[in-house]
Amino acid sequence: MAKESKKNKKAADHPQIAKTPTGITGLDEITGGGIPAGRPTLICGEAGCGKTLVSLEFIVRGAIEFNEPGVFMAFEEKAEELAMNAGSLGFNLEQLQKDKKLKIDYVHVDRSEIEETGEYDLDGLFIRLGYAIDTIGAKRVVLDTIENLFAGLTNQGILRAELRRLFQWLKEKGVTAMITGERGEGPSLTRQGLEEYVSDCVILLDHRVINQISTRRLRIVKYRGSVHGTNEYPFLIDEDGISVLPVTSLRLEKEVSSDRVSSGIPSLDKMLCGKGFFKGGSVLVSGTAGTGKTSIAACFANEICNQKQRCLYFAFEESPRQIIRNMHSISMDLQMHVDNGLLQFMASRPTLHGLEQHLVAMHKLIKRFKPQAVVLDPITNLITVGSVSEVKAMLIRLIDFLQEEQITVMFTALTLNSVVTEQTDEGVSSLVDAWILVRDIEFNGERNRGMYIMKSRGMKHSNQVREFIITDKGIDLVEVYLGPEGVLTGSAREAQKLQEQTGEVLRSHAMSVKDREVLRKRKVLEAKIAGLQSEFESAEEELNKIYIEEELVKKVAEGNRQEMLKLRRGDQGGNDRKVKSNENKRI
Amino acid sequence: MTEQPQQPPASIDDLETGDLYRLRLFVTGATPNSTRAISNLKELCETHLANKYELEIVDVYQQPLIAISEQLIALPMLVKLSPLPQRRLIGDMSDTGKVLRGLGLPAM
Repeated sequence: MAKESKKNKKAADHPQIAKTPTGITGLDEITGGGIPAGRPTLICGEAGCGKTLVSLEFIVRGAIEFNEPGVFMAFEEKAEELAMNAGSLGFNLEQLQKDKKLKIDYVHVDRSEIEETGEYDLDGLFIRLGYAIDTIGAKRVVLDTIENLFAGLTNQGILRAELRRLFQWLKEKGVTAMITGERGEGPSLTRQGLEEYVSDCVILLDHRVINQISTRRLRIVKYRGSVHGTNEYPFLIDEDGISVLPVTSLRLEKEVSSDRVSSGIPSLDKMLCGKGFFKGGSVLVSGTAGTGKTSIAACFANEICNQKQRCLYFAFEESPRQIIRNMHSISMDLQMHVDNGLLQFMASRPTLHGLEQHLVAMHKLIKRFKPQAVVLDPITNLITVGSVSEVKAMLIRLIDFLQEEQITVMFTALTLNSVVTEQTDEGVSSLVDAWILVRDIEFNGERNRGMYIMKSRGMKHSNQVREFIITDKGIDLVEVYLGPEGVLTGSAREAQKLQEQTGEVLRSHAMSVKDREVLRKRKVLEAKIAGLQSEFESAEEELNKIYIEEELVKKVAEGNRQEMLKLRRGDQGGNDRKVKSNENKRI
Repeated sequence: MTEQPQQPPASIDDLETGDLYRLRLFVTGATPNSTRAISNLKELCETHLANKYELEIVDVYQQPLIAISEQLIALPMLVKLSPLPQRRLIGDMSDTGKVLRGLGLPAM
C-alpha cells in the first residue's frame, strides 16, 4: 500500500494510470502497483494453468486486504465448487459472501436448451452483473471464463458486439475487471480473440513441462500506459495462494554492509582478515566429494545460530535428521538450534519441482522465516533439473534477492574431478563474493583435505593453503608444511615436523661443540697476545733504559760542567751571566 | 443438469390442462429487440395458439433477481413452461419457423 500512495503522489505531477493492487504476491511488483484500475484485464492461458485461481485470489485479496468487494461471475464452476477449490487455498468464500464482500454468480449456458430465434442481446448478463455490483458496491469483477458464452450461443456477430459493449460498460462502471480466457490455437492468445476487446492489460499464464518437471510461468504481454516487467516470471500455487517471483532486479543498487559474519571456524576467520565473511555476501564452498563441504556449511549455520540469529538450511541431498546426526560426530548440536527455532531445515529433492519453482519456494520460505543466513547444500544437485545456464540464472536471482535482504548465503558445490576443476561450480564462481575451495591432496598414500580461499572480495585474505582437519571436536585448519619437497599434509607433515625437530637437536648440539672450540681458540689467542704484550713491554723497557741512561749521563755531565764553572767563578763574574744565558738558550 | 426453478404464477396453477401453452417472455424494457419480440410472439400465438396460451411478460429490468434465478443471459428469452418439456428460446422471435419448432408446434 505504501507503494500505492507513492504512486499517487507521483501521479500528481504526471497523469499516470491508476492501478489496483491485486494482492497477489509478486504480481503487483511486476506490474508496478497492480492492474489498471477501472479497466478490464485479460488473463489467458491453457487449461489448468491457474487462470481461475489468479482471478479468484484477485477478488478475495481485494475483499480481505483492500476492502474492495468483488463479484465473481463463474461460467465454468458452480459457486459451491468454487468455494471448495478456494478452500484449499485457505479462502473462506462462504464467509465473505455472508459479509457482503463477495458475490459469486454462476452463469449456466447450455446450447442444447436454447433455440435462437433472431436478434438478441446479453442484457440478462448485464442486469445480473449490474445488480451484483450494485448490491455489494463491488469494485472488482471477474468473468471466468466468458468464452463459455461462445459455446452456448451461436451468433458470433451478436456475441462479439455484446462483449465489446460489456467491456465498455464495465469501464463506465469503474470496476476493475479480470477476464479469463483459454489459450487458443496458433498465435492468438485466446480462443475467441478476447484480447481484441481487452486491450489495456493482458497477462499470459503458462504451464510448461520440461524433462517431466513442470513450471508455471506468468508473463505480462501488454500493459498499456505503464512500464512493466516483460520477462516470464515463475509462479507457484500452494496453500497460501499464488506467489509470483519478480526475480531479477536488473539494477545493481543494493545496499552493502561492512559488518562481518563469522564462518564458525576461527582459523578460517583468521584467513579472512580475522573477522569472517561480509554480512549479506555470498560464499561458495566447493570441493570434490567427501571434502567436508557440508561440515563447513553446518559449521556456519551453527555459528549463526549461536549468535542467536536465524538460519535457513536448504538441503538437497541429505535429510535434516541425517545432517544433524552426522554433525553430532563433530560435536555440533544442530538439534538444539532446531528446537530453539533458530535453525530451519528445508530438505527437498531437486526433482520435486522445476528450478523456478524451487526459487519461488525458497523465496517464500525466506520471506516467512526471515533468516540472517541461508545455506544451500549443494547447488550441484539442482543441475539434475536444469541446465547449467538455467541454474546459473536461478542462482543469480537468488543471490540478488538475498543481497537485497542482507542475508548471507553459503552455497556448497561439488566439483567434479575434471580437467578444469576451477570452472565447474555451475558458473556461479564469478557471482559470489567469497569462494573457498576444499581439495583433496593425495600424497604419500593418504588423502588429506586442503583448503584455500580462491577469492574474497573486499578484504585482505590469506593466500595460503591450509590443511583442513575434521576432528571429533570440530573443524580446524592447520598450516600445511611447505618444505623443500613441496606441500606436505597429514602424516607426511607430522613426519616432516618430527624430522625437523631431530635436526634441530642435532644442530644445536653441533653448535655447542663449535662454540667451545671457539672459546678455546680464543683462550689460546689471548694467551699468545699476553706473551707478545709482555715481550713488547720488555723491549720497550730496554729502549727506555737506554734513553734514561743517556739522560742521566747528560745530567751528570751538566752537573760536572756547573761544578767546573763554579770553580772558575772567582775570575770573571760578568762572563758567568753570559754563559748562563747561553746555556739557557741551548737548553 | 438444469435446475429450473419452476415457479409458475399462482393464477394459472390449477389450469393444468394438456394443451394449454404457458409461456413466459423475459424482456428488457422497451428495447428494440424486446418490443419486436413481444409483437412477433403475440402475432404468432394469435395465429397458431389462439385461446390456448397464457403469456406472461416479465421485464427483467424491474426484477433483476429473476435474472439470476432464471439463469438469464441472452434476452429477450421465451420460456415454454408447459407443456413439458421446457424450452428456452432467445431472440426477437423473428424466425417463425424456429419459434414454432421450439414450441413444439407443427410448422405451417
